[in-house]
Amino acid sequence: MTVASNPSPRTQFAETRLVRKKHRSELIAKCFFGVMAAAMVIPLILIVVHVVKQGMPSLSWEFLTTNPRLGGIRGGIWSAIVGTLYIVTISLCVSAPIGVLSAVYLNEYAKENWFTRIVHLAVVNLAGVPSIVHGLFGLGAFVYAAGMGKSILSASLTLSIMTLPVIIASTKEALASVPVSFREACWNVGATRWQTIRRIVLPNSISGILTGVILQVSRTAGETAPVMLTGVATFKAVEGTGLFLYNPFTDQSMALSMHLYYIATQANNAPPSLPYAIATVLLSVVLLVNASAIGLRAYLRSRKKW
Amino acid sequence: MSGVQYSITARDLCLWYGKFQALKNVDVKIQHGLITGLIGPSGCGKTTLLRCFNRVNERYGYVTTTGEIKILNKNIYDPDVSLIELRKSVGMVFQRPNPLPISVYENVVFGLRVHKERAALKKSTLNQAVEEALTEVGLWKDLKDRLQTKATGLQLEQQQKLCIARLLPLKPEVILMDEPCSALDVEGARAIEELMFELKGRYTMVIVTHNMAQARRVSDECIFMLLGELIEHARTEDMFLTPANPKTAEYIEGRYG
Ligand SMILES: Nc1ncnc2c1ncn2[C@@H]1O[C@H](COP(=O)(O)OP(=O)(O)OP(=O)(O)O)[C@@H](O)[C@H]1O
Ligand SMILES: [Mg+2]
Repeated sequence: MTVASNPSPRTQFAETRLVRKKHRSELIAKCFFGVMAAAMVIPLILIVVHVVKQGMPSLSWEFLTTNPRLGGIRGGIWSAIVGTLYIVTISLCVSAPIGVLSAVYLNEYAKENWFTRIVHLAVVNLAGVPSIVHGLFGLGAFVYAAGMGKSILSASLTLSIMTLPVIIASTKEALASVPVSFREACWNVGATRWQTIRRIVLPNSISGILTGVILQVSRTAGETAPVMLTGVATFKAVEGTGLFLYNPFTDQSMALSMHLYYIATQANNAPPSLPYAIATVLLSVVLLVNASAIGLRAYLRSRKKW
Repeated sequence: MSGVQYSITARDLCLWYGKFQALKNVDVKIQHGLITGLIGPSGCGKTTLLRCFNRVNERYGYVTTTGEIKILNKNIYDPDVSLIELRKSVGMVFQRPNPLPISVYENVVFGLRVHKERAALKKSTLNQAVEEALTEVGLWKDLKDRLQTKATGLQLEQQQKLCIARLLPLKPEVILMDEPCSALDVEGARAIEELMFELKGRYTMVIVTHNMAQARRVSDECIFMLLGELIEHARTEDMFLTPANPKTAEYIEGRYG
């Protein structure tokens, strides 16, 4: 029997015009999307190159390790680096445990009810609040109401409030990525929720949790508005160049982000390369932290498999 | 008294998922030491019934259960029953092997670690428990040199056996199996079936299966369910040769999916 509509075996699976057209649009689409993806990388490279090049004249070991002088326009940035270090450390020491624990509660313990719905709502909305508003809140709550005054502590706590919802969200996501079947296996030998969490859920989500937390380091380091209102000074003369320059409970400090903002917009007579040099340092901190987060995640991932 | 011992006795058991009634007045007695097959078309409530026996259904907040289930002569829905102790006696094996992402050794002793004080867990006790449990499921020879490898990297069949071995150190009365072979190939399924024969007598096993041939091969008694109701419960040979209920006959002959 022959099939009428089938001319000859030779042309049977050959490309038709329609197929060729499909190929062409496929190719165009691929190139277009590729270009878009590349376009993401270009600004990053341009920014980094531009900033580093402009900042070069001011950059030196000296610059990193000496304190600023003359209202910040001369000297180095050591005390600002230390201030940022203090603020980031304290704020994460507060927000990481609280955030991770509340995420564990929300994801592992909480039943769906009005209370958890309110908490979810609060988390989502808090994450969307602009940072300047957090700053105002910190000013009212910590600086005035709680009587902490403008201090490193107030600034850190303000940033904690700001990062908390994001840490909760990222931790919840990490926890949720642990397969339900593991949990079922645990319940079915009679493990309590806490045993399940401690022995199975946390060890298998720790990489995701840590990445989420570490990414908040760069966010905290970069914020200007909230800390400006709550505890970071534009310039503060300090003695010495150790790590213990400030008392976090009472002192205000300098910080990289604020210093950059001030030098770039307010200070007269600063060398033109100075803001770029500060930006270079800030950028390096952020990129370094992000890279270490990625590295850590890759390392922890490589150790687990299921 | 005929001297027959029942491991599980359910009376007038009903279960709702929200408003949907998944089990309707189920009465069933499951004999000690036998393998009881649970068959029926998809969605008839086999898994649901199985999960009532160790009360895992209650993990979902919207489940209501009425009636009683006695295991070892204790109604497991009594308020003084601890779910943790119950699940020690009633273990479950799932369709997809779900070893924990820890070493083979730790998988086997997981139950002990969860249930016993740390002080009671001497290294020698644990080692012995691992050897006994793995020997019982026939994995000891293959795995005795690989106890520290990750359990999630084993072959599926070994994983499933390991999941059974994980229950044994707790000396369970009942082992529930929800389609334990359906993720395995023919060889694997055969191996698990043989293992069930090995374990017969010491443990009461309830096994859900879609495979009629398997139900026939492994089970001593069989339960047929349809739309949340228990239609027939009989010795396996009797059910397959002379089903009492016409619906059972239709199902066995393959008239529902
Ligand atoms: N968690 C749940 N929430 C709501 N309804 C459910 C839930 N689990 C099962 N059901 C419903 O209960 C009925 C019985 O489900 P069950 O899983 O017990 O069936 P089954 O006999 O095990 O089916 P299968 O052979 O496909 O595994 C089904 O109609 C199902 O849709
Ligand atoms: Mg099922």
